[in-house]
Amino acid sequence: MSTQPRLVEVRQNVLKQNDLLARWLRQRFSDTGVYVISLVSSPGAGKTTLLEKTLTHLKAKGCRVAALVGDLATENDAARLARSEVPVRQIITGTVCHLDADMVQSSLDDWDLNDLDCLFIENVGNLVCPSSYDLGEDLRIVLMSVTEGEDKPLKYPTIFNTADVALITKTDLSEAVEFDLVGARGSIQSVRPGMDVIELSAKTGAGLDEYLEYLLKKIESKTAVARV
Amino acid sequence: MSIVEGASQEASSRGNVQIHAVHLKLGVLSGVVKEALLFSYDIACEGTPLEGSTLVIEEVPAVVYCSQCDSEKTLPSIQLFCCPTCGTLTGDLVSGRELELVGLEISELETADELTEPARAPENATDNGRLAVIAQ
Repeated sequence: MSTQPRLVEVRQNVLKQNDLLARWLRQRFSDTGVYVISLVSSPGAGKTTLLEKTLTHLKAKGCRVAALVGDLATENDAARLARSEVPVRQIITGTVCHLDADMVQSSLDDWDLNDLDCLFIENVGNLVCPSSYDLGEDLRIVLMSVTEGEDKPLKYPTIFNTADVALITKTDLSEAVEFDLVGARGSIQSVRPGMDVIELSAKTGAGLDEYLEYLLKKIESKTAVARV
Repeated sequence: MSIVEGASQEASSRGNVQIHAVHLKLGVLSGVVKEALLFSYDIACEGTPLEGSTLVIEEVPAVVYCSQCDSEKTLPSIQLFCCPTCGTLTGDLVSGRELELVGLEISELETADELTEPARAPENATDNGRLAVIAQ
């Protein structure tokens, strides 16, 4: 026996726990002056290859970098990234198709964030679920490779809309796949007006300097503030 | 699972209640698909206080602010972030990312002692009225 059903108001973000933890992480990163960049893309867009080059170059420029890398099952990516000789840690998610703030938090473990200027978080290759989870990052970069087609942003508007910068990768293959660069830029602006877009090829190095300069400016602006 | 946990916690804070329905606001840019949620809801509820309840989803469109028109506009498509009235490109999102638990339909499970209490018809009538408004 029970009374008539009544509606009670709740108003609670479903991902409240994640958002609270992400906010705490963001504060921790801010206090220690670490600029945090997350990378999202479909599987095979070139996140790991680009990250390996990025880590190597930033380290050579005197930037203290580290990376967390998410994968469903293997530690292959961490092994690849370790070649850049910076601290790298793998997050194996098992069956989970995205990273969340708790995974980031527990992976940081004993790392002293005061020893870092920049932390990269490579998400699991997926253009859907990662868009919903705040990881406490300062910058979210979405990658699309030329082999995926210029309409990718229109197919996955949410991930492009939640990201801050778009990279068009594997431009060395543009001609072979008849990639429509103008169309791709148009698609990106259509789902995220004003979004910064950088074209590059991690293989040939084309566009890499522009990308690294872009990152360094962002990193320096935060570390400078934290050290004042 | 976060929906089930959140709703269960909310319900348990209100005493001995039965949960009939969970009301959720779902933005088109939340990254969550309505059909997938509805499909998995029953399975996620199994063995929890939410077992047997229904999930009521209110979809929230993407709304942007257009500086040209100086007003908020609902986007007909999330593939084109431009003002449907004047065509100006705008990324100034006002709503559309919601994934929010907005309400629970519950009823008190009465104990043997409480059965002797008078019926609470007037209060129920009001609540049903509110329910109808929200359902529109």
